[in-house]
Amino acid sequence: MDAVSAHLDGPQGPKPRKRFSRNNIIIYGILGMVALYYLLPLYVMVVTSLKGMPEIRMGNIFAPPVEITFEPWVKAWSEACTGLNCDGLSRGFWNSVQITIPSVIVSIAIASVNGYALANWRFKGADVFFAILIFGAFIPYQVMLYPLVIMLRELGLYGSLWGLVIVHSIFGMPILTLLFRNYFTSLPEELFKAARVDGAGFWQIYFQIMLPMSLPIFVVAMILQVTGIWNDFLFGVIYTKPDLYPMTVQLNNIVNSVQGVKEYNVNMAATLLTGLVPLVIYFVSGKLFVRGIAAGAVKG
Amino acid sequence: MAASRPKSLFRNLNAKIAAIPMIITALVVFTGGTLWTVAYSFTKSKMLPKWKFVGFDQYERLWDTRRWMVSIENLFIYGLCMLVLSFVLGFILAALMDQKIRFENTFRTIILYPFALSFIVTGLVWQWLLNPDLGVSNVVRALGWDSFAFDPLYNAQIAIFGVVIAGLWQGTGLIMVLMLAGLRGIDQDIWKASRVDGIPAWKTYLFIVIPMMRPVFITTLVLIASGIVKVYDLIVAMTGGGPGVSTEMPAKYVYDYMFGGQNLGQGFAASTMMLLAVLIVVIPWAMLEFGGKKRG
Repeated sequence: MDAVSAHLDGPQGPKPRKRFSRNNIIIYGILGMVALYYLLPLYVMVVTSLKGMPEIRMGNIFAPPVEITFEPWVKAWSEACTGLNCDGLSRGFWNSVQITIPSVIVSIAIASVNGYALANWRFKGADVFFAILIFGAFIPYQVMLYPLVIMLRELGLYGSLWGLVIVHSIFGMPILTLLFRNYFTSLPEELFKAARVDGAGFWQIYFQIMLPMSLPIFVVAMILQVTGIWNDFLFGVIYTKPDLYPMTVQLNNIVNSVQGVKEYNVNMAATLLTGLVPLVIYFVSGKLFVRGIAAGAVKG
Repeated sequence: MAASRPKSLFRNLNAKIAAIPMIITALVVFTGGTLWTVAYSFTKSKMLPKWKFVGFDQYERLWDTRRWMVSIENLFIYGLCMLVLSFVLGFILAALMDQKIRFENTFRTIILYPFALSFIVTGLVWQWLLNPDLGVSNVVRALGWDSFAFDPLYNAQIAIFGVVIAGLWQGTGLIMVLMLAGLRGIDQDIWKASRVDGIPAWKTYLFIVIPMMRPVFITTLVLIASGIVKVYDLIVAMTGGGPGVSTEMPAKYVYDYMFGGQNLGQGFAASTMMLLAVLIVVIPWAMLEFGGKKRG
């Protein structure tokens, strides 16, 4: 994982001398076109969300708005309807905030302590459980959905916020535990041994030595979890009730509702609003995001 | 070391307490939940799980259902397109990015950003772009090609390819990043050696670099494959399975029968089939990756 991020730090070796060779023109040409293709949907979203409906019906989707209007944004945020509720996406936004914050904290707390135990305090059988956990990351969620419904119902948490927090903590556990275990293993062992000799215990070493040393990996884990949980749809729709639906679910209900006239500008404003949180995290965090997904992707 | 002492259960107690969530997740949710679902897929459960054994009845019904057959077919088409195209495109993009270019970070940021977005957002954007009346095809018609029609989301024959376009837009960036990391991991001396020998760059890629990147390819393959089987949100947001049943997927079948159709047995049987499909990919990989090392 660290090898991955190290290699992403940029090209190595001296810079090539010729700048306008035929090869370079081809390379930049292709990359430029690809970049354009990738940016186009974002551009269309922004442009569409700033147009009025008459302009959308007449014009082409790539044209910039003749008259800029922020009304679709206002409407998407505070007036758009899902079913009988007409208080817009703001409800879903606050639900998602409510869901994401405790889920991120709980899942990272559990996984970091767990990874620390696996790295430094190995006990008999720990590797077996860890192997099952990692293997479980590949099992399709679908086979665990219903048993989890039953378990949560028995605990009296089905349909509640904390039920969903537990579900996110469970399904985030494999990758996060792996992330923390690998990180703590890479720290020098002498440090841990010195603390042990000085008489520090399990929690003392964790809070006073490990935690302050591993802030970067906590940030990576946070980026991974915030985007993952914010973007979740399946768990939100299964384990919560309509008044607690996260933003993604509400967005889908607004845009894909069959009633009424389709207001594409409002839909696009709503879509952008939902995508805004992960996008901001992505653009602000830069390399750390790449490191997070590389860790999440390589799984070992 | 712990086993040799008496009271070994209480040795290292704090670590064991810290591992309780992992142990519960691994045993109760992952193992227990999976076995429970597999077991109940052989029962007659309808609205509620009911322990009435009926053998392979649910599976027979599953494979007799047209919607399931279409789902499987779609999964194959979608999976094959995604695998081949995202691999090829991801590798080509990574190779281009590896030419010591300027603005590498900018290009990478642009190509990777869709990966930060949810499948719901991806699906809705492309639903709008592929809108037959106002979307891209309208623009092409306005340019003078009057008879142009590209309406994958309204044409059952090609609807699944519309989904592929959106899936590629969202996922190729990740493949590119993984491939780029793989390319950067290759010894620079190989490039020097092949240049000294006068081997053209494309030949070096094809016959030297690609074979060397086998581990990266295999990991990426397992990763995409296990993601493809789970595809659900994208379909819900983009097409809702339509037109008709032409873009249905197994994961959606499971959800609809479990939580919408009050037919749990079918949902269990379908999800067990999904599990089987993933195991066929993951077990050989795990044996190759982890089994071999221990022996050697």
